[in-house]
Amino acid sequence: MPLENILTEMKKAISEITDEQALNEIKTKYLGKKGIITEFSQKIKDLPLEEKKTFGANLNKIKTVATNLIDEKRLDLQQAILNKKLENESIDISLPATKIPFGSPSIMEKIIEEIEELLMSMGYDVVDGPEVEEDKYNFELLNIPKGHPARDAQDTFYLQDEEILLRSQTSPVQIRSMLAGKGQKPIRMICPGKTYRRDSDDATHSHQFMQIEGLLVDHEVSLSDLKGTFDIIAKKLFGKDCQTRFRPSYYQFTEPSVEMDISCHHCKGQGCHICKNTGWITVSGAGMVHPKVLENCGYDPKKWQGFAFGFGAERLAMVKYGINDLRVFYTNDLRESQIFDRKEMD
Amino acid sequence: MIDLQWVKDYIDIEDEDLEALAVKITEAGINIEKVITNHIDNLIIGEIIKCEMHPDSDHLHICEVNIGKETLQIVCGAPNVKVGLKVIVALPGAVLPGNFVIKKSKIRGVESNGMICALYELGLEEKTDEAYNRGIEELSAEATVGEDPLKFLNLDDTLYELDVHKHRNNDCYYHIGFAYEIACILNRKVNLPAQTTKPSADNIKNHFQLKVDTEKCPLYLAKMVTNVQVGESPEFIKRRLNAYGMRSINNVVDISNYVMLEYGQPLHFFDKDALGDKIVVRDAKEGEYIKTLDGLDRTLKASDIVITDGEKPVCIAGVMGGEETEVTANTKTILIESAIFEATSIRYTASALDLKSEASIRYGKGLNYEYTERAIERACHLLEKYANATVLSGTVSHDKVDKTPKVATFTTKEINAMLGITLTDEDVKTELNRLDFPFTYQKGKFKATIPPRRLDVDPYVNDIAEEVGRLYGYHNLVSTLPKCPIKKGEYVGDVKYRKIISKRLRAFGLNECKTYTLTSPAMAQLFKYEAKENAILPNPMSVDKSVLRTTLIPSLLNVYDYNKARKVNDIMLYEISKTYDVNYEEESKIALLMHGNYIINEWHNQKIGADFYLLKGLIENLLDYLGFKNRYTFEKQVIQDLHPGICASIMLDRKPIGIIGKIHPSIKKEDIYVAELSLNALMDKTKPLKFKEALKYPGITKDLAFVLPQDASSKDIEEVIKKAGGRLLTTLKVFDVYTGENIQENQKSIAYSLTFADPNRTLTEDEVNQVFTKVIDEVEAKTAAVLRH
Repeated sequence: MPLENILTEMKKAISEITDEQALNEIKTKYLGKKGIITEFSQKIKDLPLEEKKTFGANLNKIKTVATNLIDEKRLDLQQAILNKKLENESIDISLPATKIPFGSPSIMEKIIEEIEELLMSMGYDVVDGPEVEEDKYNFELLNIPKGHPARDAQDTFYLQDEEILLRSQTSPVQIRSMLAGKGQKPIRMICPGKTYRRDSDDATHSHQFMQIEGLLVDHEVSLSDLKGTFDIIAKKLFGKDCQTRFRPSYYQFTEPSVEMDISCHHCKGQGCHICKNTGWITVSGAGMVHPKVLENCGYDPKKWQGFAFGFGAERLAMVKYGINDLRVFYTNDLRESQIFDRKEMD
Repeated sequence: MIDLQWVKDYIDIEDEDLEALAVKITEAGINIEKVITNHIDNLIIGEIIKCEMHPDSDHLHICEVNIGKETLQIVCGAPNVKVGLKVIVALPGAVLPGNFVIKKSKIRGVESNGMICALYELGLEEKTDEAYNRGIEELSAEATVGEDPLKFLNLDDTLYELDVHKHRNNDCYYHIGFAYEIACILNRKVNLPAQTTKPSADNIKNHFQLKVDTEKCPLYLAKMVTNVQVGESPEFIKRRLNAYGMRSINNVVDISNYVMLEYGQPLHFFDKDALGDKIVVRDAKEGEYIKTLDGLDRTLKASDIVITDGEKPVCIAGVMGGEETEVTANTKTILIESAIFEATSIRYTASALDLKSEASIRYGKGLNYEYTERAIERACHLLEKYANATVLSGTVSHDKVDKTPKVATFTTKEINAMLGITLTDEDVKTELNRLDFPFTYQKGKFKATIPPRRLDVDPYVNDIAEEVGRLYGYHNLVSTLPKCPIKKGEYVGDVKYRKIISKRLRAFGLNECKTYTLTSPAMAQLFKYEAKENAILPNPMSVDKSVLRTTLIPSLLNVYDYNKARKVNDIMLYEISKTYDVNYEEESKIALLMHGNYIINEWHNQKIGADFYLLKGLIENLLDYLGFKNRYTFEKQVIQDLHPGICASIMLDRKPIGIIGKIHPSIKKEDIYVAELSLNALMDKTKPLKFKEALKYPGITKDLAFVLPQDASSKDIEEVIKKAGGRLLTTLKVFDVYTGENIQENQKSIAYSLTFADPNRTLTEDEVNQVFTKVIDEVEAKTAAVLRH
């Protein structure tokens, strides 16, 4: 075979094979001890001196090319095998994933945490007080003396005489915060907490419910500041388009007192069954801290004012998420509560 | 309920649109739930001047009806239609109840230009068979053709149905009080009704003595009238009482109710002849008895107040009169009582006797002494006028009311600061005038006297600010934020721990629950792993909510049941709540419950089920996260209602902080794992976080196994290994637990993997072997375990 044809033939042979064994055979055929190329190199010694140099150089070139051809083909073959193997390992990515367990907050906790985060950013601490409370904190220091009709509305679970009770509101935490402030420190706090009243449980009543109390006491505080604060809370919970309004109201421990309404997000204020055709939904009771309450807690009403507000956590959640039965919050049906394992972006 | 026609007696609101006025009043704080109005446009009084049978009908009539400016042809089907009747005509355009619009029409080919109406067709009467058969309303002869028939019938009233907050439900629930409210909104004046009587030579004091022997009656006034003629009430009184929902009885009884609705002051009329010549007001004697005018025998308590004739009770003060002294058709002489009794006492008595009446409710809210005086004069005036009574001069009275006026001192600046607005002194003067609060103004300082009718207003700046604010209009407030400096808020005390732990448990895949604090006695007895007694409500609403729980586990088990019944199979729960014991000692607890598959992919055969070790792992992770690494242990302990072989108490620094275990099969057949930790116990300071360098030199790992009795615990072996291994032993792992072939019955083999390393150099095989041998020797010497060969 002429030297010039070796590579052509070898290329042809390589192109026709599909496995490594055949490749090894080709390697032996051309580059093995008795291979064609090896045999040519043995012929060099017989050549005349002037041809030796060119022939040797030529043969070396061919040898290098041949070796490269083999190596390249080997890589190709190995790649093909790997590709084949990977192809066989291919999976049905549409099959179900392994479920990562997810833990949801209770429906109420969701809305409470939203309010907490917002109000902490506005300087309010989140505190709690005892659920078994003394009458003086739950009523008396809040300007609701014994025998006052306001007590009738909050039919209370008493534990011991008329002195120890299950708190009927979170407002005693206002008193505790102010007493701790000793008439000296400004206060910003919210208290989401359990409260109890003698109600039979049904779609709209619950003997146990959650209130979110808020209190701010400082030197220059006005009813307009309360309105501004309420605006921010309402917009955070119910969206930027949410409108708010104050209506005069009455609570024993605030004066002036207001009820705080939001525009009905369901009908956008047009009137529907949710807002009873008024376009507004009451979500909070609030007001300026009554001077007697400030005095009771050691704050001089001539120097200090404050506002207080209270939300019903269940009520907020009902309005926000479209829930119409209070009992939902206490059955803890995982099929319902797990909906709330979700971040809500602003 | 407020009758606006009635209010017009005291204030001029003839020009006001009553619907619009209701909105204004509501905005200013007196909530009007509903405006009830009977007015219908296009109704007119007509007279039938001709009436002929319809040619195509056996019951229809063709009528010519004179309505004043013209005569209309109307077809009418009523049986009682006839010439000469004055009737109610609904003209085309009138809208009757049910949105029934009256139009010109043809009835069987005959033109009809309206409708002659029955009261039920106007929604003013119930549609009964009787009303239907009676036919169209026949107006009396005095009716004037062309006028509004409802006005003629006095049926065109507008009524406001109120839902007023407690503080205003005294003065806004009587017509004069309501007139004052309208007056301040519209800036008009109120005229009080006449209360004069003819002078009389005879004085009540000649006939009657009063003694008040109780602290609970600060004001008692009595007047006497004679020659009373009991009969029918005048039309306006009857109509107004009717509109309010009170039945007219006779002129005398009606007047007492009428005055109550005017002034808010309940009056009581005694038949003076039955009563005698003396009244003693005193506390009732326990067990004392009276027959009230509803005919029932009532037994009284010492806390009740009674009116007596000196001996026996004749009336339960403020609640109900006695039968014996009741005014009857034959009554000639009346003793009128107008009094104030302690509100709390009346509320208590009325609710104890289940006798809530218009009167007792009013006494219970508190009364204004000014109107106690005015009401009795007004009643005398009306009795003289409408029952021909002779009013004796003089009043017998007991008066211990503190009449010191309530005076508020304030400045405009204070009002503005409270509300966040900018009124001028002149604005404030205007508002005070509207409120009818007399005031003086000197050098920027206001002194305003609060009228006694406003029981709700105290002399504080806040109260004045509220009155000014509601007239100013809360919708006019501009939202601002407090100007005071702030720091960032934070979770404080136990709330902080609750939040941290809650978030961690949720990340583990446990679902937060909120359950009831109050539980049943049976539930409260479950899982009692602490020596705590339960606090019990003395007056529960029901037995199943009568006890304060000390553990949350039974509540979580309820949640488990609820979900399991609804085919939820994998149930991972937690709750963090406060608990209280019999001494009201508070302890916040964290309860966990796991059942079913924690991680699962069925087709893929991937599964981690809830079991003891998984729950133990979660708790360890939580405790490590909170900074308690190496400070806690799990000690085997039998706990009530848990599987006796699968339960432990959890110790922190050797003190118990909670429990873990599987629910006892006698309580639940399914595999349910629960744990409970005291949150208070975790509110302990932990060491600050510090960096620890990872080992640089390779360690040497050696494995070994011990055979030990089935009921021995690995923990004991581990402790010995750790001690013997000393500082070179860096990790100790259990990698196999084996029972079965080659291991005797009642024995188990536990295989451990020990890694030895030194932070500063590579250990030699010899060094490690020395320690390793020491470990084996110590374990065999100190425990029942034997090296497995």
